[in-house]
Amino acid sequence: METILQVRDLSISFTQYDRGTRRRELPVIRRLSLTVEAGQVVAVVGSSGSGKSLLAHGILGILPYNSRMEGEIRYRGQPLTPRRAEKLRGREIVLVPQGVTYLDPLMQVGPQLRMGRRDARARGESRRVLERYGLGPETERRYPFELSGGMARRVLIAAAAMQSPRLLIADEPTPGLDARAAGRILGHFRELAQEGAGVLLITHDLALALTVAHQVAVFYAGETVEVASAADFPAGRLRHPYTRALWNALPQNGFTPMPGAQPGPGEEGTGCPFAPRCPRRGPECAEEIPLRPLAGGLVRCLRPEGGDGL
Amino acid sequence: MKHRLLFTGKKLIRMLLLLLGVSLAAFLLMSASPLDPLQTNVGQAALGTMSQEQIDRLEDYWGVNDPPLQRYLGWLGDFVRGDMGTSLLYRQPVTQVIGQRLQNSLWLMAFAWLFSGLLGLALGLLAGANRGGLGDRIIRGYCLLVSSTPTFWLALVLLMVFAVWLKVLPAGLAVPVGVDAASVTLADRVRHAILPALTLSITGVPNIALHTREKLIDILESDYVLFARARGERPAAILLRHGLRNVALPAITLQFAAISEIFGGSVLVEQVFSYPGLGQTAVNAGLGSDLPLLLGITVVSAAIVFCGNLIADLLYGVVDPRIRRGAARA
Ligand SMILES: Nc1ncnc2c1ncn2[C@@H]1O[C@H](COP(=O)(O)OP(=O)(O)OP(=O)(O)O)[C@@H](O)[C@H]1O
Ligand SMILES: [Mg+2]
Repeated sequence: METILQVRDLSISFTQYDRGTRRRELPVIRRLSLTVEAGQVVAVVGSSGSGKSLLAHGILGILPYNSRMEGEIRYRGQPLTPRRAEKLRGREIVLVPQGVTYLDPLMQVGPQLRMGRRDARARGESRRVLERYGLGPETERRYPFELSGGMARRVLIAAAAMQSPRLLIADEPTPGLDARAAGRILGHFRELAQEGAGVLLITHDLALALTVAHQVAVFYAGETVEVASAADFPAGRLRHPYTRALWNALPQNGFTPMPGAQPGPGEEGTGCPFAPRCPRRGPECAEEIPLRPLAGGLVRCLRPEGGDGL
Repeated sequence: MKHRLLFTGKKLIRMLLLLLGVSLAAFLLMSASPLDPLQTNVGQAALGTMSQEQIDRLEDYWGVNDPPLQRYLGWLGDFVRGDMGTSLLYRQPVTQVIGQRLQNSLWLMAFAWLFSGLLGLALGLLAGANRGGLGDRIIRGYCLLVSSTPTFWLALVLLMVFAVWLKVLPAGLAVPVGVDAASVTLADRVRHAILPALTLSITGVPNIALHTREKLIDILESDYVLFARARGERPAAILLRHGLRNVALPAITLQFAAISEIFGGSVLVEQVFSYPGLGQTAVNAGLGSDLPLLLGITVVSAAIVFCGNLIADLLYGVVDPRIRRGAARA
């Protein structure tokens, strides 16, 4: 099977100036790795502020002005250079962005979907794609401020569906949608994958991710801490204590809350960023910890679950 | 529609209150002025040779002895009836003086307003689109240089270069000296207006350019431009499709706010070029204690500036779908 996307040891940092002229590098994503195979839906799960949107923007090569990206991104076997990303985005690599603010507030939905094309074919396409997500033709003449949250969400997804992606990156595509609409959209992602595309589904919602994804990459404070197959979760084959804690926090698993909070950018010390909240931590957790294979997945932990004696 | 009318009505009432305030303020300032109208306009020497009776008559003419409140109310009463009084200096109805001067100034100001608006917009867009690049730095440097240059100084430099050294343009006035009014051509008038208009235009550019640049940079950093890039729109297309569209609203505000600056600038520029426009007349009226004329000019210019803002607000309602559609549904 073809590997669509491979991200290895990706770091993204911002250059900031605190008080006056002192320059500071603020690392937001560190040592992030993940792989998306053709035909797969890979979910990226992490809490708010863990760098999920930035990962999406980094892959597309649309990070802001004051940011820096290091590491390796390969798309279909070839390095995804900024020039290549520029050629591919909107064609083969398509983004479903996180919110309504990604629509031009002064432009009607129709022209926005058609991106300047005026021909009858483009009109037909935009109408069809809106219809597919349950939006009538009158939606074309609406401005973003006239859309409800759920409608705006569907317009964003329609914009992605106008193009025929080989890699779809969806950044929190379902909030604001009722269960049926959300299910339809996730079903559509699965169909895309069945047709041979790769789908990267970004979400903070582990339960949602597990309903559709084949693989789940868990993020914590800008690092990949675990990559597991979706089947590992119900089977209890989890590796990282954070993944375990996320799983236990789900309503159907007892709603066990996790104490403490994720460190913000620049607040992580050395070693494992989860250590301060980790029930299994030991003195060695203050060192650099590699991402290593374990029981068919990957984990960045020196004392993983089910790994005693490793 | 009803909403729009209500909005316009409210604005007009605000304008009337504002004009009242402005005229009162101008009047109080004039009353507090240390300039003695007789001394300034008649002259110390001439006053010395006059009889008390003559002096009393002059004092009556310049309104020195009436209590201020009575004078203001008198002026206001006439004004409401459409009579702005008679200019003491020009011995003509104020409406006539203002009409004539405004005609001279209006072309000058309209040209400077349009030219500085368009050039400022173009430079601002150019700089914002190439943020950090050579073009941006040149444009920013130019804007900072011009905005830190006093207007009168710039006027003098242009005067020196074009009128004194190159001798291609006249140094002042609105028409050639020693030519009777009938034989003054349009070309003559244009030639005389070029230098003042140019000065006024140049000083108006930086404000608009720098603000436009900021707005465009904000827009280019917005989520929707990010998404446009993610969808493979080219930078030029993004600038045309999203940049211009979103810069239009702040540009309207800037452009109409610039009217007041053009008015302010015209006072200095017309002074330097001895251009007989409204600005120069305002200076004369102020220094010559010509109360009716000064009040007239103040009210007229305030009204023009206010109308500019009103037009901007109304245009906003046309251009911004959030107001247009929002109002239509309300
Ligand atoms: N332009 C920027 N300059 C500095 N820091 C930034 C910038 N953009 C994002 N960040 C920081 O990067 C971190 C990750 O942001 P990101 O938007 O990727 O989070 P996220 O995981 O998508 O969160 P959410 O689930 O809330 O969308 C945040 O802590 C944010 O403060
Ligand atoms: Mg996000």
